[in-house]
Amino acid sequence: MDNLRSKILHILRGNARLTDEQIAAMLGVTAGEVSAEIAALEAEGILIGFSAIINEEKYDKNAVTAIVELKVAPQVEKGYNAIANKIAQSREVISVQLMSGDYDLAVTVKGENLRDVAAFVSDHLAVLDGVLSTSTQFILQRFKEKEALFPADDERSLVSP
Amino acid sequence: MMNYEKILSERVKSIQFSGIRKFFDIAATMENVISLSVGEPDFKTPWAIRRKAILSLEMGHTQYGSNAGIEELRRECCKYLQNIIGVSYDPLTEAVVTVGGSEAIDLAVRALVNTGDEVLVPEPSFVCYSPIVELAGGTAVPIVTKVEDNFKLTPEDLKAVITPKTKALILPFPNNPTGGVMRRDELGEIAKILRGTDIMVISDEIYAELTYGGERHVSIASFEGMRERTIVINGFSKAFAMTGWRLGWVAGPEPVITQILKIHQYAIMCSPITSQYAAITALSSPEVRKDVDYMVSEYDMRRRLCVKSFNDMGLECFNPEGAFYVFPCIKSTGLSSEEFCERLIKAKRVAVVPGTAFGASGEGFVRVSYAYSLKHLTDALKRIEEFLREGSVCASETNSAQILLERKEWS
Repeated sequence: MDNLRSKILHILRGNARLTDEQIAAMLGVTAGEVSAEIAALEAEGILIGFSAIINEEKYDKNAVTAIVELKVAPQVEKGYNAIANKIAQSREVISVQLMSGDYDLAVTVKGENLRDVAAFVSDHLAVLDGVLSTSTQFILQRFKEKEALFPADDERSLVSP
Repeated sequence: MMNYEKILSERVKSIQFSGIRKFFDIAATMENVISLSVGEPDFKTPWAIRRKAILSLEMGHTQYGSNAGIEELRRECCKYLQNIIGVSYDPLTEAVVTVGGSEAIDLAVRALVNTGDEVLVPEPSFVCYSPIVELAGGTAVPIVTKVEDNFKLTPEDLKAVITPKTKALILPFPNNPTGGVMRRDELGEIAKILRGTDIMVISDEIYAELTYGGERHVSIASFEGMRERTIVINGFSKAFAMTGWRLGWVAGPEPVITQILKIHQYAIMCSPITSQYAAITALSSPEVRKDVDYMVSEYDMRRRLCVKSFNDMGLECFNPEGAFYVFPCIKSTGLSSEEFCERLIKAKRVAVVPGTAFGASGEGFVRVSYAYSLKHLTDALKRIEEFLREGSVCASETNSAQILLERKEWS
């Protein structure tokens, strides 16, 4: 897939703050072509939004993010959708993914501190109808997030031939 | 007391530290500088290459190797040259693995130059050619390449400087710092002049892989009658992001390579063995090939962005077709290259290199490296744009930034 669409997505994955003009310059097309393609990607529900890459643990030493592995009982006709959507509604939940393998839903939960996250899991997730079990893993340190390395060290000297 | 002035070699004393180093000293005294001044990739060496180096250490390959380099690596180097420039060399007698392209340049010059010989050096170009020629007892004769010629060497300019003393022509394309390249037709014209002379070409093709715009790199060695009068230099630093490994190679006619090997044997013994094992993987692994292609396509996108950004902010920027530098013209600011760079770093903490570091003909230009992440690049470009807009560019009464802006509005 070496078309304009895949090239634009590649650039946006790495840096979503570039303007349409900058992306157009990089790809040797017009800004109009870039904005049209981005609009199409949004209309098709492929491009959902643009968000920052933040080293959360560095920003707030108390903040905690956890990945909660959920086993759930799929419901007749609705499968996993109903419960996954219900979980996704919570403000504390950053992402919800249906997984293959040992458990069903991977739910990323963010809180101001450890107690916050623990309380959310026990009071809101574990008690939901259809949730069979939870297993909570806390993130200790981030090394790479959305293609960006933490910290992005440049060991090169300032000036070289 | 030792009088070192009397003791030290006159030849060595007479050469200067490079202008890049001077500028580095200024930049190093300042805090929060964001640099666009490096001549090396921002990518790390592809993992497969690093893995091979680790494996070679685990296997205990820690001894000297043969003077000319591990035979398997020389075979890979020659195979690679056959692929990218279409010229075949005998790995046993026509190639030597060196400590970077830099050593290869030094060896080639020393193998050719007698006292008083002239070596033609197109400028602006990499900083080492003239000092190396002078250390070897030769005279470096600059040939100015001009922006209106897209920084290519023209046949007329070449003819004008050839004398009976001319021993060699350095051909530094794709070029650092201009990003200029020589395409097939243009090289053909140069070849026409040199065929039938005793002038050797030292073709520094370290940036060969980093050639953009559809057409691939062409070597002068591939022209009829030119293989016998060309020494080809290449290396791993730029294309394979292996600057710190210090590894390159030189290929050419056997009588020249024999002399080159002698110098290398006495000065170096053999190139670093761990780097050599790693380099075999660099040239032979399909995985690494993918990594190189990825890096080239990333550079290409940044190149286009930089050219457009500089032109948009009113600094006319030639469209470079090679390496990872742009070379915008800063004459419209009314400043010299050095003044521009000093004011930019003081006002906006952005380091770019004065064109004059690459020869007097670099006056009026600055070298900007785009071997940086897009975020770093766009941040730095924004600061340069602010620098021009805010008028920090001028210290005197003549408000050249204002003039610049007005000019932009007219156009």
